[in-house]
Amino acid sequence: MSKPRDKQMTIDEVVAQLSDGMTIGIGGWGPRRKPMALVRAILRSDLKDLTIVSWGGADVGLLARAGKIRKVIYAFVSLDSIPLEPNFQRARQNGTIPEVVELDEGMFQTGLYAAAQRLPFLPMRAGLGSDVLVNNTWIKTVTSPYADENGDFEDFTAVPALKLDVALVHMNRADAHGNATYLGPDPYFDDLFVQAADKAYLTCEEIVDTAGLTVDTAVQRLLISRMAIDGVVETPNGAHFTTCTPDYERDEKFQKAYAAAAGGTDEEWTAFEQRFLAGDEAAYQAAVAAFAAEEAAK
Amino acid sequence: MTEFSRAEVCAAAIADAFAEDGEIFASPMGMLPMLGVRLAKLTSNPDLVISDGESLFLGGTPPLFAKADVVEGWIPFRRVFDVVAYGKRHVMMGATQVDKQGNQNISAIGDFAQPKRQLLGSRGAPGNTVNNRTSYWVPKHGPRVFVENVDIVSGVGPARAKAAGPGASKYNDIHRIVSNLAVFDVKGEGDTVRLLSVHPGVTIDEVIEATGFELSIPAEVPVTREPTETELMIIRNVLDPKTLRDREVPPVTAEATK
Repeated sequence: MSKPRDKQMTIDEVVAQLSDGMTIGIGGWGPRRKPMALVRAILRSDLKDLTIVSWGGADVGLLARAGKIRKVIYAFVSLDSIPLEPNFQRARQNGTIPEVVELDEGMFQTGLYAAAQRLPFLPMRAGLGSDVLVNNTWIKTVTSPYADENGDFEDFTAVPALKLDVALVHMNRADAHGNATYLGPDPYFDDLFVQAADKAYLTCEEIVDTAGLTVDTAVQRLLISRMAIDGVVETPNGAHFTTCTPDYERDEKFQKAYAAAAGGTDEEWTAFEQRFLAGDEAAYQAAVAAFAAEEAAK
Repeated sequence: MTEFSRAEVCAAAIADAFAEDGEIFASPMGMLPMLGVRLAKLTSNPDLVISDGESLFLGGTPPLFAKADVVEGWIPFRRVFDVVAYGKRHVMMGATQVDKQGNQNISAIGDFAQPKRQLLGSRGAPGNTVNNRTSYWVPKHGPRVFVENVDIVSGVGPARAKAAGPGASKYNDIHRIVSNLAVFDVKGEGDTVRLLSVHPGVTIDEVIEATGFELSIPAEVPVTREPTETELMIIRNVLDPKTLRDREVPPVTAEATK
């Protein structure tokens, strides 16, 4: 019986597909279902001058702190229960990210839609009158070819396509071919990220048989089709310390420790990096388990 | 006379901002706006559509931060933008700065290229303000919040919307600004912020002093209405039995009102 190809690989094999200067879209939303194992693998790599497109959380903060970002495209960067991301704040206030594109959230989604539909732009109202269009003078407006009810030809923001070289997303379950489901409350925009990208890689909590994807799970939760996916990696706890509901919730204690270190002295940050980010993913997960045990003993 | 707190006055004023909205999605950002919206749903406007702030439309009206409730719909982040464009939505957002023209800033303080303080980012403010009814909530009214000109325009006030053309101004509707001191709209001369009422115990001069620009002040400025017995019962016994509201707007001591 013929089967679609097996796309399983390791996180390091995914990172080996990336190169300096690439535009990388990171799925999830703020501190929710982020492909953090891949973000950590990028931190360990020599990659540089990246353009990061993200509903930003610690992914943006970590990559900014590590000096990996040449350009960032975002509508917000937040840890939710901790509203402002300290590493991102530091990078912005020190001016260490050379290029910054802050969009409206709806524009961000529309930019992904445009890229996913292979259009150069899509029109919308968002952005008009705001400083999003003042701080990004390369974003143009477009005049409607149709008169409105008052006979006016309205101008709209021509939201440019957010075309990605690569998309990285994390899902709850996937098969070896790249079909994947989210089991949490919200799909976020992961399907748009993968369709907006030339290449897309997905990590997941667990790889299951294709038939297993719809056992006890509504077919409507199958968000991502294998035709958009180039590689699949099983990374249990791979979204840590962001949410991966219902497999696990956000690790608030760890996030607090992260934010304290990020907002603290250089020494405090270095200590955090040494403890958690210096080794590979297995070392990270071991350090996280040790941290959790320490916290539980308090 | 019934005793009530400043937070309870604010909750009722926020509820009033949503009273005439009919059957739309009421989208509050922050604790007092959530309390006010739920109060409106239980009193003046039972048709309001409310969410859990994450991905569910709620069939009932649960207390602040309660999880279990009847669900009447699904509103993941992506569908919020559909409702924004559809227009049947009234959002009440925070504002790190709001200016004389009713522009709002939640992006950054200082120069955008290298801000003195990076905030959240503009989030949905640019889109909200040109698509659906938008109000602002300011828990600590002061001259650093109410500034002559915001550093970065996230939310678009009516004057800027008009200048950007009908595509921007057609659905621009900055409805209310509610602070811990007073209630405003942006219908002053030349589309400027106008004082609508001062909260009980607050003088007009206090509001002027706490505002970093010249307010439009009508000849008659009423006192913001007191919460009713029913509203106080709902706030205290149903929606916020843990008095979380006092954390956002601390009770005003007799000393402070002298």
